[in-house]
Amino acid sequence: MFDIQKVRADFPILSQKVNGKPLVYFDNGATSQKPQVVIDAMAQYYSEINANIHRGVHTLSQLATDAYEASRLKIQTHLNAKFSHEVLFTSGTTHGINLVANGFASFLKPGDEVLVSALEHHSNIVPWQMLCEKTGATLKVIPMNLQGELMQSEYEKLLSEKTKIVTVNHISNALGTINPVKEMIAKAHCFGAAVLIDGAQAVPHLIPDVQDLDCDFYVFSGHKICGPTGTGILYGKEAWLNKLPPYQGGGEMIKEVSFEKTTYAELPHKFEAGTPNISGGIVLGVAIDYMNKIGFGNIQEQEKLLLHYGTEKLLAIEGLKIYGPEVSSGNKTSVISFNIDGIHPYDIGTIIDKKGIAVRTGHHCAQPIMSFFEIPGTIRASFAFYNTIEEIDTMVDAIKKAKVMLS
Amino acid sequence: MNIQAIQEEIIAEFSMFDDWDERFQYVIDLGKNLPLVEQQFKTDDNVIKGCQSKVWLHAEEKDNKIIFTADSDAIITKGIIAILIRVFSNQKAKDILEANTHFIDEIGLKEQLSPTRANGLVSMIKQIKLYALGFEAKK
Repeated sequence: MFDIQKVRADFPILSQKVNGKPLVYFDNGATSQKPQVVIDAMAQYYSEINANIHRGVHTLSQLATDAYEASRLKIQTHLNAKFSHEVLFTSGTTHGINLVANGFASFLKPGDEVLVSALEHHSNIVPWQMLCEKTGATLKVIPMNLQGELMQSEYEKLLSEKTKIVTVNHISNALGTINPVKEMIAKAHCFGAAVLIDGAQAVPHLIPDVQDLDCDFYVFSGHKICGPTGTGILYGKEAWLNKLPPYQGGGEMIKEVSFEKTTYAELPHKFEAGTPNISGGIVLGVAIDYMNKIGFGNIQEQEKLLLHYGTEKLLAIEGLKIYGPEVSSGNKTSVISFNIDGIHPYDIGTIIDKKGIAVRTGHHCAQPIMSFFEIPGTIRASFAFYNTIEEIDTMVDAIKKAKVMLS
Repeated sequence: MNIQAIQEEIIAEFSMFDDWDERFQYVIDLGKNLPLVEQQFKTDDNVIKGCQSKVWLHAEEKDNKIIFTADSDAIITKGIIAILIRVFSNQKAKDILEANTHFIDEIGLKEQLSPTRANGLVSMIKQIKLYALGFEAKK
């Protein structure tokens, strides 16, 4: 077990005051806070090696290129990808998903089917809706149950030879549900369908082994895993990435350009047009190093403690309902999405904000989930490894006071 | 009372409060006491959807003035609506168009009108102004 106060000291923002009160940051599902080593790495890049990459013959350019590619190798190891050229730098999960959806426009035709799940974030719904509109393919939805889990028997019924791609999140941002993605991938492959896993909410909590999962694509955002915003990774199996056409055209992704004909670069550069977020890509590697130094075993232990404690304390509030799987199911990460009977989530979130407590309220970019439960939204407390039991006590106290004010 | 005078009255009322709990409790109580929009007017035509809370706004012309009624599913939003209705309702279209909402800053609730709050209030004020513009244009 790690020393929680020592870990918290790594994060300068955690000692901030908000509205005159110590910050209690429970909105990690939206974005994570950054350790000093990540903040310093950003400044260091710009102070010491900033140059455009893959282009120059001068020393700084070489140093920057080496650092960028070293980060790619680091992430390849982290994901256990077979080849480093299967690891593409993107600007985030949404970019990665759009890249793949756009690529599939060349293969899909009317009659083909795309499966998304009822638990998806809008970023893993809308690109597929747009793809189906473009190609005439049909979008189908894997349904969920009242426990916030996907109905596997219904999923099996939806799969057929018409299914060309299945996409599902590894962990639901709104409910914290951990989906059985390895099994779902295997079932999809029986029908020759590709599978894209949205790992945005998973990577802060676990290390995805993409070969073990056997997913065709895995996407995530750097800012959720203590890295900078504007960064992300799309992992794709070599065969798939070679099959997909380029997404954005421009510099870097070409082999030869003439007005008569242009040829495209090999992987990974084929999908990395223009000057990338160089500092972001390098610093994402630093963030992943930091997470591994803390140790995902320690991270999971601390988050399990917070989930159990938070659930117990919140359920003691009369009229409070938690959405998502039971903690005892083992299918839940450290996210608690809840409502109090007769009270609008916005009201609670607004009042406790004034006490320095940051939670998210609303539909969490997952309107279909809210429609399923027939609610306007929820209050979501999403914990990270640097949160504490004492912070949960502060939040629960504040919610109790807000409840009295609003009754 | 003209809009300016009502705004000054509200600023004076809010200056009594020492902390956020008192300020919010007052807003909540205003929200609880706000007359509801009649059910017949709570239609999709009158709803202003925010990301966080919904607002319904209904406008009627009477004796050359505009009468607004409004409602929300969130109490704090409703409380702010009560304040806005007190300022803008039963006023002439021209006066509504010329008025601003700076008084909301002065009572410390500026962020409630921030677009990022997405609670429907910014859109509601736009809609109030649009109604005023519409009624003025009809003359």
